[in-house]
Amino acid sequence: MEAFVVSLFAATFRVASPLLLGTLGELFAERAGILNLGIEGTMFFGAFVGFAVGSASGSLWLGVLAAVISGVLSGFLMGLLAVTLGVNQHVSGLGITLFLTGLSLFSYRLIFGEPKVPPSIQPFGQFSPFEGVPILGQLTEQYVLTYIAFALVPIVWWIMRRTAYGLQLRAVGENPEAVDAAGVSVAGMRYSALMFGGGLMGAAGAFLSLAQLGSFTYGIIAGRGWVCIALIIFAHWKPIRVLWGALLFGGVFALQLRLQTTGAQLPYETFLALPYLVTILALALAGRAAAAPASLLKPYRRE
Amino acid sequence: MLAVQLTGITKHFGDLVANDHIDFDVAPGEIHALLGENGAGKTTLMRILYGLYGADAGAVKVKGSPVQIESPRDAIQSGIGMVTQHFTLVSNLTVTENIILGHQTGPLIDLERAQQQVSEASQRYGLHVAPEAIVGHLSVGEQQRVEILKALFRQARILILDEPTAVLVPHEVEALFATLKRLREEGLAIIFISHKLNEVMAICDRITVLRTGRVVGTVQRSDTTQPELAKMMVGRETLGVRSSPASNVGSVLLELDDISARNEQNLLALKRVSLQIRAGEILGLAGVSGNGQSELAEVLFGTLAPSGGFVRIAGKDLTGAPPWVISRAGLGRIPEDRQSGLVGDLSVAENLALERLEDFVRAGRLDVGAMHRHAAELIDEFQIKAAPGDAVRTLSGGNMQKVILARSLSQAPSVVVASQPTRGLDVGATEYVRRRLIEQRDRGAAVLLVSEDLDEITALSDRIAVIYEGQIVATLLSGEATPEQLGLMMTGAWRAADAQD
Amino acid sequence: MRRIRIERAPAPLGLRLAIPLLAVGVTFALTAVLIVLAGARPLEGYYYFLIAPLASRVSALEVLVKSTPLLLTGAAVTVAFAAGYWNIGAEGQLYAGAIAGAWLGVVLHDWPPALAIPMMLLGGFAAGVLWALPPALLKVKLAVDEVVTTLLLNSVVLFLVSFLLNGPWRDPISGWPQSPEISSSAAFPKLIPRSRLHLGFLVAVVVIGVLWYAMSRTGVGLKLRATGLGFRASRFIGVDVNKTLLGAALVSGGIAGLAGVGEVAGIHFHLIDALSPGYGYTGIIAATLGGLNALGVGLAAVFIGLIETGSQNVSRALGVPAYLGDVVQATLLLVTLAAFILQNYRIRFSSDRSRDNPSSGELVEGEIP
Repeated sequence: MEAFVVSLFAATFRVASPLLLGTLGELFAERAGILNLGIEGTMFFGAFVGFAVGSASGSLWLGVLAAVISGVLSGFLMGLLAVTLGVNQHVSGLGITLFLTGLSLFSYRLIFGEPKVPPSIQPFGQFSPFEGVPILGQLTEQYVLTYIAFALVPIVWWIMRRTAYGLQLRAVGENPEAVDAAGVSVAGMRYSALMFGGGLMGAAGAFLSLAQLGSFTYGIIAGRGWVCIALIIFAHWKPIRVLWGALLFGGVFALQLRLQTTGAQLPYETFLALPYLVTILALALAGRAAAAPASLLKPYRRE
Repeated sequence: MLAVQLTGITKHFGDLVANDHIDFDVAPGEIHALLGENGAGKTTLMRILYGLYGADAGAVKVKGSPVQIESPRDAIQSGIGMVTQHFTLVSNLTVTENIILGHQTGPLIDLERAQQQVSEASQRYGLHVAPEAIVGHLSVGEQQRVEILKALFRQARILILDEPTAVLVPHEVEALFATLKRLREEGLAIIFISHKLNEVMAICDRITVLRTGRVVGTVQRSDTTQPELAKMMVGRETLGVRSSPASNVGSVLLELDDISARNEQNLLALKRVSLQIRAGEILGLAGVSGNGQSELAEVLFGTLAPSGGFVRIAGKDLTGAPPWVISRAGLGRIPEDRQSGLVGDLSVAENLALERLEDFVRAGRLDVGAMHRHAAELIDEFQIKAAPGDAVRTLSGGNMQKVILARSLSQAPSVVVASQPTRGLDVGATEYVRRRLIEQRDRGAAVLLVSEDLDEITALSDRIAVIYEGQIVATLLSGEATPEQLGLMMTGAWRAADAQD
Repeated sequence: MRRIRIERAPAPLGLRLAIPLLAVGVTFALTAVLIVLAGARPLEGYYYFLIAPLASRVSALEVLVKSTPLLLTGAAVTVAFAAGYWNIGAEGQLYAGAIAGAWLGVVLHDWPPALAIPMMLLGGFAAGVLWALPPALLKVKLAVDEVVTTLLLNSVVLFLVSFLLNGPWRDPISGWPQSPEISSSAAFPKLIPRSRLHLGFLVAVVVIGVLWYAMSRTGVGLKLRATGLGFRASRFIGVDVNKTLLGAALVSGGIAGLAGVGEVAGIHFHLIDALSPGYGYTGIIAATLGGLNALGVGLAAVFIGLIETGSQNVSRALGVPAYLGDVVQATLLLVTLAAFILQNYRIRFSSDRSRDNPSSGELVEGEIP
C-alpha cells in the first residue's frame, strides 16, 4: 500500500509538469487580457519541434530550446491576430491550434515518413538529489524539467508581485486604458505576455516528447491544452493555485493509470473523464468568474 | 515665463471643427479655468495638450521652449499631468501600485519605499489616502486624490483637471479646492475645465471661455461676474426650453412602493424608495451621479430585479418583470446609455421593430416591407437623419437618441421613464428631446425624468424628488426650493425641515 | 514619427468583394512553400490539390461526400456563433449523435427504412441537443463561460466512445473496437448509385436552406442576430436573450448531432473512435469563412471538402503529405480573419495625426470577424 501511494505521488509530479508549464504560460496571456486558445497547438508544435531538433542534433536540451522558441513564435502570431488586428480571440486561437497541429503533422511526415516503427530517441533521465533515501528518494526522482516546472511557480508569483513588469501585466489585464495613460505600451505588454507564455507552452510540449515519451505521436497532447484552459479558471488566475490544480489533475490521471493495472471494476475511462467533469462542476459552483481579468477578450483601441 | 502656451491650435474631426485657432496659456502659480458648455471644445484642447489627439495646426510651448507632444508619455515628460472624469486606475491594485505604474525606477519594485513616498506626498499636498488600500474599495473622492497624486509623482508642473467636481459631493469639493490652493502655492500651473460658473468664480484666477471651438474671451476673475461669463458661454439670454406648469394632473400611473435593490457590487443602491407619478406631470429626480438613480431606472426598465418592494404601472403589479413585459405594459423607456439601448450593427428599421416584433411577424415570417415602412414613418415624425436601412452605429449621438425616442414614444406609452436623456447631445438635439418630453406630459403621460443636470430638472419638472445615497430625501413642487437648496439636498446636507428657517 | 494606425472605416464595396478572393490567393501563396519543401512544384501541387478532384465524376462526388459533415457542423457553429454563443463543442455533439446513430441503427433492425431513417435523424439530433444542454444551462443560469465547458465535453465524449467500443459495444465477431454494424434498413441510402454520396448530403443541404431562411427571413432569426450583435441592448429592447441563447445552443448541438449520425449511417456503418478527424473544429473554419451567413457557410464547407479531397490526391500523386490540407484550411482561416478586419478598418501610415476619431470607434458586443 505504501509503495502504491509513494509511486502515485511521484507519478503525480511527473504528470502535472506539462500541465503546470502550459497553465503558467496561459496565465501570462490571460492576465494580460488575451484568451489564447492556441495553447493546444502550441504544445503540439513544441512537442514536434523538440523531438525533431532533439533527434537531429542529438542534444535533448537543444530540442527543448527549439521548442521554447517555437512557442515564442506562436505567441507572436497570436499577438499579431489578437492584439494588432483585434481579431476575435476564440476563433484566432483555434485557428492557430489547427494551423500548428497541421504543420507539425505535415512536417513530421515529411521528415520521418511513415515507418513501421515510429522513430524514438533516448529521453531525459530522472534523477533525485536524495538518491537512496527511502520514500523521499523515490518521490524526488524526477526529470530536471519537472524541477524547473515546479520552481517556476514561485518565480512567476514573484514576477507578478515584485517586478515592474508584473505590475504592468496585472494592470493591463484589468484596465488597459490606465496602462496606456501611464505611458506603457499595451500592445507591448500583451505581445510579451503571449510570447513568454508561448515559450512555456512550447516547453510543456517538449516535456512530453523529450522526457516522458522519447517520441512524437498523433495523440501526444490529447487535449492537455484544453485542460490548462480549465485549470486557469479553477485557479482563479493565481499562480500558486495553478500548482494545486495541476497536482489535482495530475493525481487523478496518475491514479486512473494505476487502477487500470490493478484490474479495478470501473472502466479506466471514468477516471480519465473525472478531472474534466470535476472542472465543469467547479466552474458551476464558482458561478460568475468574478476573478477573471476585466479586459479578457476585449481588444484595445485607443479612442 | 509662462508654464505652458498653446497658440493657434486647430483640430478637425471630419467636417466638425472642434478647435479653431485657439490661443491659451497658463502661468506658474495660477489656476486658469477653461469654461464652456458640453461640446465647446475644452476636452479636445486638453487631449491635444496631453498627447491623446494630434492637432491639425498650432504649436505648444512648455516653459518657453517648443515641444512636440505625440503621446501621453511625451506630455508626462514635459511635466504635464491630467486628471479626467474617467479615472485611469486599476481597481485590483493598491494605491501605491497605481501611482508607480509605468514609472518604476527599475525592474524591481521596492514596495516599502514606494509606500513611504506616497505617504509623504499625501501629507505634503493634503491628499489623504492609505497607500496600501485597494483602489477598487475607495470612494470616488479618494480615487480622484490618487489620480492627482499620480500626476504629482510624475513631477507634473502643469496639472489639467477635467470637470473634477462632476463626481464629488460638496465637502469633497471643498477639500479639492483646498488642495488646489496648496498646489498653486507650490507654483503649479493648473488648468481647471468646467461648465460650473460658481465653482470657477470660487477658485480660479483667470478664465477663458470657449464656445463652439473658438475662444470667446479671456478675463481675470476679479474683472468679471457670473452673468457676464454665462453670456459669453451661451451667447444668448434664454436658457432654452422651459415647460409651462402642468394643467391636467390625473391618477397615479407609476408607483414605486418601498423599492430596494442591489447594484453590481452587491451593495444596496436603493433603500426603500417610494414615488408616485401621476398622469400629466413630469417628476424630475435630481441627484449627483452614483446615488442610485441608475439603479432606479434599471428597476423600471426591467433590467434589474429589485430585492424588495413593488413596482406598479397603472395599478398593475409588475415587480421584477422582464423588459418585454414592461414595455408592453405601456412604459416608454429612454436609457441612460444609448449604446445599451440600440444594437449598433442592426439597421434603424430593425432596431425600431425589435421592441414589438410580433407586429411584423406572421407565421414566423418577418415582413421586411412593413418594418421599413414603419421605420420611414418614424424617421419622418421624429426628424431622424438616417435611412431605414442604415446601421445604427453610423448615426450621430443625437440621431441615435431620436431612434430611441421614436421607438419608445411612438407606442403612445402611458408612462415615460427618461434617464439622462440629453447627456452628450448638442444644443439642438437637447432642445428637441426636452420638447418631446413636455409633449408627452401634455398628452397625459406620467413622465419620470432622471437627470444629473439640475438646470434641466428645474426647467422641465412639475415636481422634484431628490435622491441621495439610495433614498428619497425630499419631494417638492418645482419652485418650492432654490437650486442652491436643491444642491444641498443632493448632498445630504439638508433636511426639508430646515427650510423653515 | 511614422507609425501604423488601424482606424475604423468601411472599405469600398469593390474591396469587400475582392477580400475573400484575396484571402484565398494569399493562403495559396503561403502554403506553396510547403509544397516546395515536399519536393514538388507549387503549380503542379495545386493542380492535383484543387483542379484534379473536380476533373472526374467519382472525385467530384467524393468532394460532396467530404463536405457533408462540414456543411452540418458549419451550420451548427453558425447558429451558435451568430447568437453570440461560442460553441466549441460541435465535435463532441457530433460524436453524441454518432453514438445515438450506432445504437438506434442496431436496435431498430426490424423497422422499415421509411421509419428507421427518420428515427435515426431524430435520435442523432436529440443526442446532440442533450450533449449541448449542460454547457448551455450553465451559461444561461450561472454565467459559466461556454468555451471551456463545451471544449471539456469534447474530451469527455471521446472517453465515452472509447468505453463503449472497448467494452459493451465491442464487435463480438471481429473483436475490433468498433460497434456492431447497423442494420441495412437504418443505413442511409445512396443518392447516386455506386458512389459514396448518401442521404446525409441531402439532409445537409436542406439544413443549410432552412438556416438561411430562418436567419434572414424570420422573427426568430432577427432576435438571434440581435442577441449576438448586442446582448445587453437586445435584452433592454425586450428580446428574451436567455431563451434565444439557449435555443441557439441546443439547435447548434442538434445539427452537429446530425453530422454524427450521417457519418455512421452513411459512411462507416459502425461507430469507431476515429469517426471524425476534427469535423467539429473544421466547422468553425467553415462558419468563419462563410461570414456566419448560411449560404457563405455552404460554399465554404464545399470548398473545404475540395481541399480535403485534394490533399489526399496530392499525397498520392506527388508524395506531398496529406496534412497539407489541414495546413491550408487553417491558414485560410487565419488569413480570412485578418482580411475581414482589414475590410472594416483602414491601415494608415501616418506621420500626420489625422487618424483621430472620437467616440465612433465603439466596439460592438459579440463582434466576430
